[in-house]
Amino acid sequence: MKSGSNLEKILKAGHFAFTGELGPPRGTGAEEVRHKASFLKGNVDAVNITDNQTAVVRMSSWAASLIVLQEGLEPNYQMVCRDRNRLAMQSDILGAYTLGIRNMLCLSGDHQKFGDHPQAKGVFDIDSMQLIGMVKKMRDEGKFLGGTEILNPPQIFIGAAANPFADPFEWRVHRLAKKIASGVDFVQTQCIYNMEKFRAFIKQANDMGLTEKVYILAGVTPMKSVGMAKYMKSKVPGMDVPDDIIKRLQGVDKTKVADEGIKIACEQIEEFKEMKGVAGVHLMAIEWEHKVPEIAERAKVLPRPVID
Amino acid sequence: MIVAKRKPFDEIRQLLKGYKKVLNVGCGTCVAVCLAGGEKEVSVLNAELDMAGKLDNTPIEIAGITIERQCDREYLEALDSKVGNYEALLSMACGAGIQFLAERYPQIPVLPAVDTTFIGVNQAVGWYEERCRSCSSCVLGHTGGICPVTMCAKGLYNGPCGGTNKGSCEIDTNQPCAWYMIYERLKGQGRLDCILEISPPNDWQNQIPRTVIQPGYSKPEAAAK
Ligand code: SF4
Ligand code: SF4
Repeated sequence: MKSGSNLEKILKAGHFAFTGELGPPRGTGAEEVRHKASFLKGNVDAVNITDNQTAVVRMSSWAASLIVLQEGLEPNYQMVCRDRNRLAMQSDILGAYTLGIRNMLCLSGDHQKFGDHPQAKGVFDIDSMQLIGMVKKMRDEGKFLGGTEILNPPQIFIGAAANPFADPFEWRVHRLAKKIASGVDFVQTQCIYNMEKFRAFIKQANDMGLTEKVYILAGVTPMKSVGMAKYMKSKVPGMDVPDDIIKRLQGVDKTKVADEGIKIACEQIEEFKEMKGVAGVHLMAIEWEHKVPEIAERAKVLPRPVID
Repeated sequence: MIVAKRKPFDEIRQLLKGYKKVLNVGCGTCVAVCLAGGEKEVSVLNAELDMAGKLDNTPIEIAGITIERQCDREYLEALDSKVGNYEALLSMACGAGIQFLAERYPQIPVLPAVDTTFIGVNQAVGWYEERCRSCSSCVLGHTGGICPVTMCAKGLYNGPCGGTNKGSCEIDTNQPCAWYMIYERLKGQGRLDCILEISPPNDWQNQIPRTVIQPGYSKPEAAAK
């Protein structure tokens, strides 16, 4: 065991993992976090706590992670390279581990231009690839990036993101290979809508032997509305939404669109369960946390395995 | 070359407030080429300042001179006999030139008339683009001659990120993704192996003022004084 986190145990035991996502509040107070967590508890193996997602200031990821932990849910602490240099990152990792955080997701982060402080100076002292390597060094060598020894090194299960849909497609699997070489243990993908492309990506990853070295969690976000699908298609960089999905949502009664979105997601999850090289699903039901119990139920991923 | 652009006129006037006799010093090198601070720009700015001063009854006596390079002692010397006649110096050189001017005449206020913007290229007359952030450890050798530090919005050393959108950067569809270009160029050269290796965390060298002494040279004692 690298970290002994619940997510690691589940994946190592060969169970199909199911993880969720929770965005911290734009203000103080633990209630909102606890409320969202209540829908996720028992329905997911771990929950990603986003780090100033879309470059909008929110409660820090580690703080919200700790609240989630108090609720009996395992956090997956996200850290982006946009807001911190290597000193701040390492000290936050030490603190997070000390207070019980065991999983991390290492990301570059959306550019600050998208957020509520577009004037900010982006840090990007190191990139996500290098962040993975840094956490691994801290864990496996017990050393800081600078080379000095760490007293009681943090044992973190290291995650990263992969976007199989961004250009250049042929390079994506090599980039995944680079992340594996850096030391990533699990990868969550961008929201998948183009199944054909995803199958091709996974096949490449299988052929290169990558899926033996990393746990891939397929990213799923149910569409709530036709508007959301269209927005994702045209406005979100690196998102691939085929017209078929939009047509299918348009084809149902207006009151049934969200239901159809969940149906599509469940069909995808069924396929992922059988897909070689996919170790689980990462469900990003952002601002739709209360739907997670229903989605988990309909996707037949309950009850979640409990491992001591 | 170093590319600069003239400061907004009102800002320049604000900086000059209270000074009645000013020398505007242009530079004949980079800023002249990029049409920001050469001889012509000095005379245009001076004419505007003169006019504005007359119009709102705050006349200013403004003279102009353009030297070959403000970042070079050899050329600054030409100003020694002149600056004493002025209350302030306005400089249209890049930030380095402005500072060198201020350093040479520490008793006289030296004010910037341009905003130094980047190290870049001349795409066409009047159109310049940034290409280098002078990071002190050039990686162009394995990035196909495209700078990720400057051209990638996140300065990633192991791109492209997940935001690449049909060849453009996530920040703007009009901004090409540096890493997409790097990939395409290296692929064309059959050199993709250059970016298969992980680029380790950068050893940032631009965090303190840097000095370069070329091999075979040393800091002259005289200059140190
Ligand atoms: S890597 Fe980029 S910023 Fe650094 S010296 Fe080369 S061109 Fe300039
Ligand atoms: S899209 Fe390309 S240029 Fe833009 S931040 Fe990502 S890797 Fe860099």
